[in-house]
Amino acid sequence: MYLFGYKLPGMSSLILWGLLWEFLGQIEVSFFLPPLSAIFNTLLEIYNSKAFVRALYETGYSFLAGIFFAVFIGIPTGILMGKNRFLDELLLPWVNVFMSAPLTALVPVLMVLFGFGLKSIIITTTLFAIWIIILNSRAGVMQINRSLVDMANSFGASPIDAFIKIYFWAALPEILGGVRIGFIRAVKGVIIAQLLISIVGFGALFELYSSRFLMTHFWAVILVLFALAFTLSELLGMLARRVDYYASKRSQ
Amino acid sequence: MSDQTTDNAVSVKNIYKNYGEIEALRDLSLDFPNGQLTSLLGPSGCGKTTLLKIIAGLLPATQGEVFVNGSLVTKPGPDRAFVFQDFALMPWASVLRNVAFGLELRGVNKNEREDIAAKYIKDVGLVGFENSFPHELSGGMRQRVGLARALSVDSPVLLMDEPFSAVDEQTRRKFQEDLLNLVKNENKTFIFVTHSIEEAVYVSDQIAILLPRPSRVSEIIKPKGFRNKDVDSIRKDREYLDTVESIWKSLRTYVE
Repeated sequence: MYLFGYKLPGMSSLILWGLLWEFLGQIEVSFFLPPLSAIFNTLLEIYNSKAFVRALYETGYSFLAGIFFAVFIGIPTGILMGKNRFLDELLLPWVNVFMSAPLTALVPVLMVLFGFGLKSIIITTTLFAIWIIILNSRAGVMQINRSLVDMANSFGASPIDAFIKIYFWAALPEILGGVRIGFIRAVKGVIIAQLLISIVGFGALFELYSSRFLMTHFWAVILVLFALAFTLSELLGMLARRVDYYASKRSQ
Repeated sequence: MSDQTTDNAVSVKNIYKNYGEIEALRDLSLDFPNGQLTSLLGPSGCGKTTLLKIIAGLLPATQGEVFVNGSLVTKPGPDRAFVFQDFALMPWASVLRNVAFGLELRGVNKNEREDIAAKYIKDVGLVGFENSFPHELSGGMRQRVGLARALSVDSPVLLMDEPFSAVDEQTRRKFQEDLLNLVKNENKTFIFVTHSIEEAVYVSDQIAILLPRPSRVSEIIKPKGFRNKDVDSIRKDREYLDTVESIWKSLRTYVE
């Protein structure tokens, strides 16, 4: 962003929005919008309280477990779909359906199937993240340079070799893009699951704070969640930029 | 298989290739003499690359057989190495790993394959670029990497699919000269696809002219007189110029 010809450091627009928030909070526009400074004060009070640490742990655990399955099932499935026409036609309709389906509506079904515990929360998180990872890995493989595949075959690559040494790497820029969006969707998934399935983790804190109208507490937790999701997404973005150089040069 | 002579490194016998309704190759037979360079020359769409890929084992023929040193081709094998028109380098791997990749797939251990690769990197004149990545190299240098990779597996047959068509004219001339030396010094059989008449006449011991729809061998030309001249005087040679001219005369009717 530029201001009067000076280049401002990245994300300095946030300061402007923060100031606006503070101002609106101070003039007490709404009970639901406390000043930003009050929220930060509350955050400093609660961040090492037992309830907060426990919520962070519960949410983090479900999130990481959900993401783990989404990544390690999603990437190979997507690559195989991109490689194999039959598999693609078999699975693609389902992937598209789930990709656009309102997954929140499915959560009660998952509760019936997998109970009211951690298992259902992890599965919900995985379901939120996995489809975009599959679709992106598939797209990455489908635009792979044909002659790279011919090259591997002409030197006698086994299917496993081709999968690990060619397909995965050739599709890596798209795969990382998919994982990045998958992570963001998983944040959504884990909170929705914690609100609907069993009241634990950050979901429980949201429930507690909003039902008691503890608005500064409520916003403090939201800010933490935003910051975590944003940091994760930026880290993956940095990783993706490291392989970008060959995404654009891939045709040659 | 009984009529297979040892003089021919590769024999193509009565090959048909159909893509659905389209007949790409019809009853094509051709022999490739050992230790020589044979060009497949023809207008685009005449099936040159299709034929090369069938020889490589990358494409199945609809009918017919290919023999490499007497054995029937069913899939790619260590007796053939391929050089690609678009280089087919892995953009995520260094020059060294790209050159050693053929050996890597054949299970040669890391030290050994990198030693071999280093030798061929030196041969193609890329010393100092071992740790560079393909996007840091020019087109000509990239094709040198592709060539080094094909040479490092030491196959008796080298299949080259328009290897110089994606590099600039000056580099291309240099490559053609280098190729002549390669044919002279390495005891390998080269099968070279090109659409350039001059290039084919310049580098070939034998030129097979393919005509399209459906593709067949219309003529085989074996330039004799200038083959042993030095690289500089070939382009001025009478026979060279006449051969180029006569090939153009027979091909021009196929060019709209």
